[in-house]
Amino acid sequence: MQNTNVAYDSKVEGEIIVTQADAVINWIRKHSVWPMPMGLACCAIELMAAGASRFDISRFGMEVMRFSPRQADCMIVAGTVTYKMAEVVRRIYEQMAEPKWVVAMGACASTGGMYRSYATLQGVDRIIPVDVYISGCPPRPEALLDAMIKLQDKIGRERSVKNLTAPNAKPAEAELAGARKES
Amino acid sequence: MAESEFAQLQERFDYLSERESADHLAVNCPADKLVELCTALRDELGYDLLLDVTAVDWDVQSPRFTGFYHLLSTTKHEYLRIVSDCTDDINPSLPTLSGVFAAANWHERETYDLMGIRYEGHPDLRRILMWDEYPYHPLRKDFPLAGIETPLPAADVAEATKAKVLPAPMMGGPFVSSADGPMSQTEPSALDESWTEQKEKPVPSASPDGGKKN
Repeated sequence: MQNTNVAYDSKVEGEIIVTQADAVINWIRKHSVWPMPMGLACCAIELMAAGASRFDISRFGMEVMRFSPRQADCMIVAGTVTYKMAEVVRRIYEQMAEPKWVVAMGACASTGGMYRSYATLQGVDRIIPVDVYISGCPPRPEALLDAMIKLQDKIGRERSVKNLTAPNAKPAEAELAGARKES
Repeated sequence: MAESEFAQLQERFDYLSERESADHLAVNCPADKLVELCTALRDELGYDLLLDVTAVDWDVQSPRFTGFYHLLSTTKHEYLRIVSDCTDDINPSLPTLSGVFAAANWHERETYDLMGIRYEGHPDLRRILMWDEYPYHPLRKDFPLAGIETPLPAADVAEATKAKVLPAPMMGGPFVSSADGPMSQTEPSALDESWTEQKEKPVPSASPDGGKKN
């Protein structure tokens, strides 16, 4: 499929490009994802590798890891989330400005992984809405990069003002409730 | 060598008895003599490093709980294991060693958290791993590995997400890594995958080959 977001014909429009607001806003958003590394276990090491020169996440425009949730828009939950930590993960997620996305990196963040125990949250999607899940224990940096590209695709297909037009002031919760109904 | 070592110890502390041990010297000590013994070991016999404080739940036996202490002498390079039974099976307690070894402070908090042994005289006996309101001691034998349903530690997060602390799905687990074979084939997996939470564990008599799958 040819690019349907942009219609351009030099003979008709000259220096003007006709497009949609969503296409432009999403194009800007998806190429400036600022991740918030929620590194909780060994997956965080792979996340660091993805940021280093060999795998180089900056090729995709998302190398600006922000350790302050106020400045980040994609939380990468990398590692085992315990019930005690769940509160912190949720609060940091709530502190991130809209629009925001979540990547559950690895088996633990996605499902609790091998930690079927009294102390471990069985999947971070129980407390925050997850956009992309990555399999692996831990996933290789390539898998993380693949997930981030998938997230870019997802951002590209979104309605960019979704969070502004939602009826309630806390869209994250509505999203979570919706996700639960589907499952 | 261990025998003579023990004889020396017993000469000095007549309440000690020797304990069977696969490695280094181990002694049984009554709980009320523990502080006295450890102070003397530290000051007079050179056991200056407390390496570990832990406990064992013997389940149906009495005494049910036993405290374990590992000491190291950094000058003699010798280890010593001190073992002390809790007299009370319902509300087990031991005297704190935090006044003798500063390292005991957090170790005892951990043992209290997971085993429920109270360390009398501890300056700050709070949970260290689980959250303060958690109602159970998870390493006790009567506590299921999957856990027991309880509210999330933060009430507002629990309300917003409707999440709870739920028993983890065991799906034929616990999940263990087999020690045999190359690493590529020893991914942690459930020991008995014939049952899940939805599909009951087969009764051996009803289906003779049900439990064989590994």
